[in-house]
Amino acid sequence: MDISNYTIDLTLKPTTLDAWHVCLAGTSAILAGALILTLLALVMCLARRKDKGDPEVKIVEKLVQGEPIIKTVEVPVEKIVEKIIEVPVERIVEVEKVVEKIVQAPAPAPVVLKEASPDAALQLLYLLQNDARFIDFVKEDMSAHSDEDVGMVARVIHEGCNKVLNDHFSFAPIAKENEGDKITLIEGYDAAKVRVTGNIVGNPPFTGTIIHKGWQVTDVRLPSTVQGYNANVIAPAEVEL
Amino acid sequence: MSFFEKMKKQAAESSKKDDSKKKGDEAKTDESFETENFDGEPETENFDGEPETVVEESKSQEDSPAEPMEFVTSQTQISHSEIDTSEGRHFSVGIDLGTTHCVLSSADITDGDDEFSQQVMGISQLTSPSVVEEKLQLPSFIYQANDAELPENSIVLPWNAKPDLIVGEIARSLGSKTPIRLVSSAKSWLCHAGVDCKSAILPADAPDEVAKVSPFEATKAYLEHISSAWLHLHPNAPLSQQDLVITVPASFDPAARELTVEAAKAVGLSHAILLEEPQAALYSWIEQTQGEWRKQTKVGDVILVIDVGGGTTDLSLIAVTEKDGVLDFTRVAVGEHILLGGDNMDLALAYTVKAKIEKDGKRLEPWQIQALTHGCRDAKEKIFSSDAASVPLVVPNRGSSLIEGTLRSELTRDEVQSVLIEGFLPKVTISDRPVSRPRGGLQTKGLPYAQDAGITRHLAAFLAKQINAADELDGIDLPEGATFLHPTAVLFNGGVFKAQELCDRLIEVLNDWLRTENAPEARLLAGADLDLAVARGAAYYGFVRKGKGVRIKGGTAASYYVGIESSMPAVPGMPPEIQALCIAPFGMEEGTQVELPYADFGLVVGEQVRFRFFSSTTRREDVVGTRLDYWQDEELTELSEIEVTLDGEGRRNGEVVSVHLGSAVTEVGTLELLAFSNKDNGKWKIEFEVRN
Repeated sequence: MDISNYTIDLTLKPTTLDAWHVCLAGTSAILAGALILTLLALVMCLARRKDKGDPEVKIVEKLVQGEPIIKTVEVPVEKIVEKIIEVPVERIVEVEKVVEKIVQAPAPAPVVLKEASPDAALQLLYLLQNDARFIDFVKEDMSAHSDEDVGMVARVIHEGCNKVLNDHFSFAPIAKENEGDKITLIEGYDAAKVRVTGNIVGNPPFTGTIIHKGWQVTDVRLPSTVQGYNANVIAPAEVEL
Repeated sequence: MSFFEKMKKQAAESSKKDDSKKKGDEAKTDESFETENFDGEPETENFDGEPETVVEESKSQEDSPAEPMEFVTSQTQISHSEIDTSEGRHFSVGIDLGTTHCVLSSADITDGDDEFSQQVMGISQLTSPSVVEEKLQLPSFIYQANDAELPENSIVLPWNAKPDLIVGEIARSLGSKTPIRLVSSAKSWLCHAGVDCKSAILPADAPDEVAKVSPFEATKAYLEHISSAWLHLHPNAPLSQQDLVITVPASFDPAARELTVEAAKAVGLSHAILLEEPQAALYSWIEQTQGEWRKQTKVGDVILVIDVGGGTTDLSLIAVTEKDGVLDFTRVAVGEHILLGGDNMDLALAYTVKAKIEKDGKRLEPWQIQALTHGCRDAKEKIFSSDAASVPLVVPNRGSSLIEGTLRSELTRDEVQSVLIEGFLPKVTISDRPVSRPRGGLQTKGLPYAQDAGITRHLAAFLAKQINAADELDGIDLPEGATFLHPTAVLFNGGVFKAQELCDRLIEVLNDWLRTENAPEARLLAGADLDLAVARGAAYYGFVRKGKGVRIKGGTAASYYVGIESSMPAVPGMPPEIQALCIAPFGMEEGTQVELPYADFGLVVGEQVRFRFFSSTTRREDVVGTRLDYWQDEELTELSEIEVTLDGEGRRNGEVVSVHLGSAVTEVGTLELLAFSNKDNGKWKIEFEVRN
């Protein structure tokens, strides 16, 4: 089958104004409008951004023997959801188009999921074990001990874990309101940060009660490790001489 | 072209775009378009986004346009101190070289304006093998590891692949389980008369195979670590080019100060200036009040600075006077070097709990006592900060089974009260003095720890001894019959005073003393940062030295004397009478020099002459050349001997040169003893004794 037979010569002027041409013209107009609007939005946003002067977090790389020993934790939060927020209506059309292309195209581009690096997770385990005996506690057979005994060591674990978390992370609640308060979620709210449950009907704005205020990490201060460090060792065996 | 045509054309273009997308070009335009757009979006009102992370993403995507579209992930950055590569910046840096911790604080003073804002630097250090972390404090410990003990290449610092010594948090944590290899309290050894601080003596109780270091080398190692950590963060502003202030205890003798400066020189910090820690604490308070200090202090004030660190107690008195309508601070007295601090308190509590546990017939192992000490430190703070009558103490089993074999006890408020408050801060009268037992005949070679744990007794002795300290200053008058110098304000420093009860008790005892002499009560100068004040004050002092703030006048903390045998007929069985000749008066200021032209000595070239050396913190009326035939025991303290050797430069060996003595206080803050030739311009430095 010669594909050129199906090529539409778009330079041809329409001789009749049939429904297909009207449709084509309409689509063109919408797309052109969308392009202009997004460009305008872009220019405005850039201008606004300059004014704001957002502080940028610079990546600090510590070099040991020429090797970066920094480990970055990658938290897979689908920012794409955020991208749809507060886009002019015209733009939503275009964004949706892009998404459709990925998800529903006959030959979809492969979706690459980010693999979590085990190193940072192991490091956290190391810290929890080292400062809070966390692994020892969780791995111990609790059924063999009385509540009183468990409660006694739970103090040690709790204190240690709290220290590890405070030393290496900064936390902030997501909702600034109190649990139990009524809030309204406006259209375009961040669905990654707020999960609605229960009677979800219709379109935002949604009104509901805060059940859990949520947590987010605002800062991570994990130690750097030397190249070749065996992160699998959570606690070395201890031998007293 | 009609409107309709225009529309059609644009449609054509967009469909062309569609075609090209299949070749992968479109991905780039679309993505960068999108991310840029997203950057500029205003944040949702209720929930803050994290715009800073997105910046990084859009960049990385532009760099690799051919990559397929991914789920965009938000990258949480691991925060470290930023490396400041800016050039031409100038800092005022203060280093608190503490007995148990070192802290560095710095402020950018390039612009020379009156704004002063400083940050305490996170010091990168190993916290366990192969793990590097930033901490505000660098524990002053060195661990001398066995060759087989640590994994290969696990001792690495960001700036040094093979550090000579293991310093910092890792040293402390390894040493807590293997104390025989741990070097600690090097600073206290610096001030220990009768020990050569440059001979490798630490760790003191180590078996022979452990490589030893000298207290001097240890000090050098801490300074070197801090200096390298700084350089790592400020590659274009090495510490050797900044205004640098290092703090020392006010009670440090001239030899210990000299050693500190020498250690700094050895790591390239030859311009470092010394500042006494209690003064630094007061500077920090002055800075933090942001000008309010003028309202909180007045002429006639005598500020008592009580600095209780981990291992030492340091006392100073600073008087406030007025000169030409401007408030003037003068440090009028410093206390003795008392080896007694917060660590003693934790240990005392641990032993109390230990006795309680052992009553039930259990024996405690050393590691359990250590864990108890640690637990007591936290429990003490909890009791002080709450109404709890007791706090449970749990020492978990060392093995992986946590609950089995766990040691359990509790620390009660009564115990804390009786051990800490009554033990360390007993209610005593101003006439009480520290008890000193005669030392046992057999003693291990160690630090001369204070024998009396009663800080209040040490304080009473200090204030009574210094009764005349402010006599010469205008505006400070003691009432008739006073038996001690009346402080009017108190500034606390050191982590111990986080416990409000301890502050309250000290103030209470002091005010009791003041009331018995009908003096007004002393008030508390509040608002100081107890842990970091010394380093912060030191950095501020660098700023003050530029003429930007009120300065505390200090000078030498004591007057100094050499011992001269008087020419008398020898009496069998009696040591020859000795006279003390003042060669440096009290409060001698930086950058001054004095000589005593009479009192000639004939020194033989090439031969060593040794003098006995004394100091006094009370005889402030003595001037250079004052000769004492008689003095009270407590008036003069004998320090290590000093020695002078005339080099043969231009002279024959054996030649006798006539010299007189003198002294100078350097800009850095160290005391120099000098011998001047009576014939020419020859000048020799008298060395502080370094031999045992």
